[in-house]
Amino acid sequence: MVERRPALTLLSHLVLILGVLIVAFPLYIAFVASSHTAQEVVQAPMPLLPGPHLLDNYRAALFGNDSGSGSHAPVARMMWVSLVSALAIALGKIAISLLSAFAIVYFRFPFKRLVFWSIFVTLMLPVEVRIGPTYQVVSDLGLLNSYAGLSVPLIASATATFLFRQFFMTVPDELLEAARIDGASPMRFFFDMLLPLSRTSIAALFVIQFIYGWNQYLWPLLATTSEDMYPVVIGIKRMIAGGEAANEWNIIMATALLAMLPPALVVVGMQRWFVKGLVDSEK
Amino acid sequence: MSTEKRVQLRARVLPWLLLAPQMAVIGVFFFWPAGQALLQSLQQQDAFGTSTEWVGLANFRQLLADPSYLESFRITAVFALLVAGLGLALALLLAVMADRVVRGAGVYQTLLVWPYAVAPAIAGVLWLFMFAPSIGVLSYALERLGVAWNPLLDSGDATTLIVLAAVWKQLSYNFLFFLAGLQAIPRSLIEAAAIDGARPWRRFWTIVFPLLSPTSFFLLVINIVYAFFDTFGIVDAATRGGPGKDTAVLVYKVYYDGFKAMDLGGSAAQSVVLMGVVIALTVVQFRYVERRVQYG
Amino acid sequence: MLKKVTLAALLLSLGVGTSHAQTEIQWWHSMGGALGDWVNDLAKDFNASQKDYKIVPTFKGSYDESMAAAIAAFRAGNAPHILQVFEVGTATMMASKGAVVPVTEVMKLGGVKFDPAAYVPAVAGYYTATVGPYSGQMLSFPFNSSTTVFHYNKDAFKAAGLDPSKPPSTWPEVALAAAKLKASGHKCPFTTSWVSWTQLESFSAWHNVEFATKNNGFGGLDTRLAFNTPLHVRHIENLANMAKQGLFVYKGRGNAADAAFVSGECAMMTGSSGLYANVKKSAKFAFGIAPLPYYPDVPGAPQNTVIGGASLWVMAGKKPPEYKGVAQFFAYLSRPEVASESHKRTGYLPVTKAAYELTDKSGFYKDNPGTDVAVTQMIRKTTDKSRGVRLGNFVQVRTIIDEEFEGVWAGKRTAKEGIDAAIKRGNEQLERFQKANGK
Repeated sequence: MVERRPALTLLSHLVLILGVLIVAFPLYIAFVASSHTAQEVVQAPMPLLPGPHLLDNYRAALFGNDSGSGSHAPVARMMWVSLVSALAIALGKIAISLLSAFAIVYFRFPFKRLVFWSIFVTLMLPVEVRIGPTYQVVSDLGLLNSYAGLSVPLIASATATFLFRQFFMTVPDELLEAARIDGASPMRFFFDMLLPLSRTSIAALFVIQFIYGWNQYLWPLLATTSEDMYPVVIGIKRMIAGGEAANEWNIIMATALLAMLPPALVVVGMQRWFVKGLVDSEK
Repeated sequence: MSTEKRVQLRARVLPWLLLAPQMAVIGVFFFWPAGQALLQSLQQQDAFGTSTEWVGLANFRQLLADPSYLESFRITAVFALLVAGLGLALALLLAVMADRVVRGAGVYQTLLVWPYAVAPAIAGVLWLFMFAPSIGVLSYALERLGVAWNPLLDSGDATTLIVLAAVWKQLSYNFLFFLAGLQAIPRSLIEAAAIDGARPWRRFWTIVFPLLSPTSFFLLVINIVYAFFDTFGIVDAATRGGPGKDTAVLVYKVYYDGFKAMDLGGSAAQSVVLMGVVIALTVVQFRYVERRVQYG
Repeated sequence: MLKKVTLAALLLSLGVGTSHAQTEIQWWHSMGGALGDWVNDLAKDFNASQKDYKIVPTFKGSYDESMAAAIAAFRAGNAPHILQVFEVGTATMMASKGAVVPVTEVMKLGGVKFDPAAYVPAVAGYYTATVGPYSGQMLSFPFNSSTTVFHYNKDAFKAAGLDPSKPPSTWPEVALAAAKLKASGHKCPFTTSWVSWTQLESFSAWHNVEFATKNNGFGGLDTRLAFNTPLHVRHIENLANMAKQGLFVYKGRGNAADAAFVSGECAMMTGSSGLYANVKKSAKFAFGIAPLPYYPDVPGAPQNTVIGGASLWVMAGKKPPEYKGVAQFFAYLSRPEVASESHKRTGYLPVTKAAYELTDKSGFYKDNPGTDVAVTQMIRKTTDKSRGVRLGNFVQVRTIIDEEFEGVWAGKRTAKEGIDAAIKRGNEQLERFQKANGK
């Protein structure tokens, strides 16, 4: 924001507040649902204001309670599995995509177009369609029930490469020329100049990929045969009995919100990287 | 990919070394399984694969003979346009606003990105809580306001519901990348323009938007892909393709056939068609839209 | 000499060690929430009751997801021993020759005495083959079965001037009750979940008419849909008329309508007997369960209703000692005390007649009125037409019925048009299945 325009600032705040209300409303509903009894949640319509059972429900979610609801599964273990695989996926994807995007943008080599499109085409076939054969490959490699099996197949995607390609295209050529004049090798250029410039993109991608990895459901369901390698979302889905049995929606919502804490922390943590003007100083 | 950097490095082995990790991963974990999955489009099998029959293009012929399949193309096109259009426009608005404010910026950013962290399984349930006819919180409100709302039997309502749900899910994602793109624009440029007397509206269209175009292009392509491929979870949770088949987007049928109906051959054939459509769309975007992208 | 002794001792100790190694039996299921606890308890109790086998239950998502997981695992060579499959997947499982082992075979391999007559007829009969190489054999083990019943809100009845202890037993009575409820201001007098299951399949069996030819598919793969008889058309027309008058409010596919009943929004609902536990826990009103309504002018009605839920299938390709463990486990599940406890705990039907009698003797049905409705509907001897529906591509057929009928409920087409359209599209699915599997 360059000059002071109070009217515009006020408008901005209003728009943002409205946006937050709309976007965060479902979360609010989840929060309200986690503070009532299961019976109240199911009555039509659900009350809009939080109720008095917040602590009870969260305690039940973490430690289980008498009526058989809440977690009998080790929550800590599931969170750990989710954490490790989400980190592996996010970091793995970013690492290999940075390298690939660098190659595609800055080098001339045969079949470049083919390479780019073959990376891109990985976005065009949903996981569910190829999940059976992917399972077979992972099983043949002996990677079932392992962190590697949970994470590596999900690294095969083009979003990150595409994003970095976009960003690298905007980096001025003068930088590269200056580096060459200085006698720097391509990898020097990459590490010393390109990477620092990419901070905001990396931060944004890290948030997205971490959450993507954290929220995985279908692949871990297939790729693990032992329940102690289940990530958190399966644990939540498991509380939903499906069919006719009564669901303890209040506990389920409490668990879901608890499960969203690590991603929320990631979002908050990454904001330090979004500092405006950071890029300015490098130029 | 028609745009290239003016200055390029020469090296023989290095590019291939850089590409090796990604190519290895996608080779083993995408192309190999994908190839097998797509081969199934030429086969007819029982669910467990104990008997396989090669039927050539029979699965494809069946698709084209089905009028509801062709109708599904139209439904998907409308859906994709609405989702991408609304998702990008709203997110851009929010990102620009968030970029402007200094006070509370962190709070807004967190609150607007956090919904992305809602696991899809839970998001489906939440939408049910809000929009279930009569019982849902929002349905109840609409009823009190006198608006007839029944996505179970009214196609318009059903389409609105899935568009809203799909846009909602993508808003956080788009917002985050737009914001990152905005943050990367050097303040000096904007300051210079302000000193020259340009007002905010003008500054946005002449400086910010062009500089944001690489990000916008990225998001455009990704959103179209998302609308075509990643939305079956939402359709499944919200309308199951109903009423009738009026919200059965193409990818929903792929998922339904492959997962619920256990018709792997049919599902694979549809995937081939869908892939073809989206690849064509993406090529078009790269050829015609990317020309207008300014890479600084 | 010492060396020989040591070697012998070593070998002996190894032998002793391995003879105590438990054979693990993998069981993949889709029971979440409280039902998941039930499954885990069953496994725990069985494991504690003997030393040779260990059942390891694993939650594998919904019925579709666990099916997909099992298929992927089977193709990769590491399928589980036991898989829980929903009833509409029966034909799919049967058609996958070489992928499953019939329960009768398993029991034989395990040396466990097995008497099919001990199981509740309508339940066991559904999972028994009547033609083909396995004719007469029970293919899968009934585990969690439910049936269609009539739930109603007693408080709403009272408010409308209806007698809460006399629920409507015929469809004309349902329409009358609905009219009274509407007149008293009730916004949703009647709804239903699982449209095809309650209003066509179970409806047909209840009236001893066919839903599909060839004894509803039991007699062969050349079965075709047959729910366009005057009786069926009349019934759907009645429902369509009720919809027009606001007496029947459509609440969505599958069991979406359950929530509407539990919340008190809808006063009467045809749905699964398994909903009982949910209603008991969450409803804020007095409720009752009654048998499915019927048309009194149809001879032979009421006959029996058809089954819902899932059963346990045994996958092929395992070693004989493992099948022994499976057989032992099934024998355990069939014990009257175990089956009775399961029935009381979950609301699913008791699997054996002995379990039903035991539950009756314990006074459970007196203490929990309405819980025996489901059983009495199923414990009658079935006819060829009322054993249940076994069709290939059944999932698609049900979806087609949902889709075509939504147009009827919305008033966009007549009942006959909806039925004809559903039958035409449904038969295409049956033809495809026949072509793909008719070898």
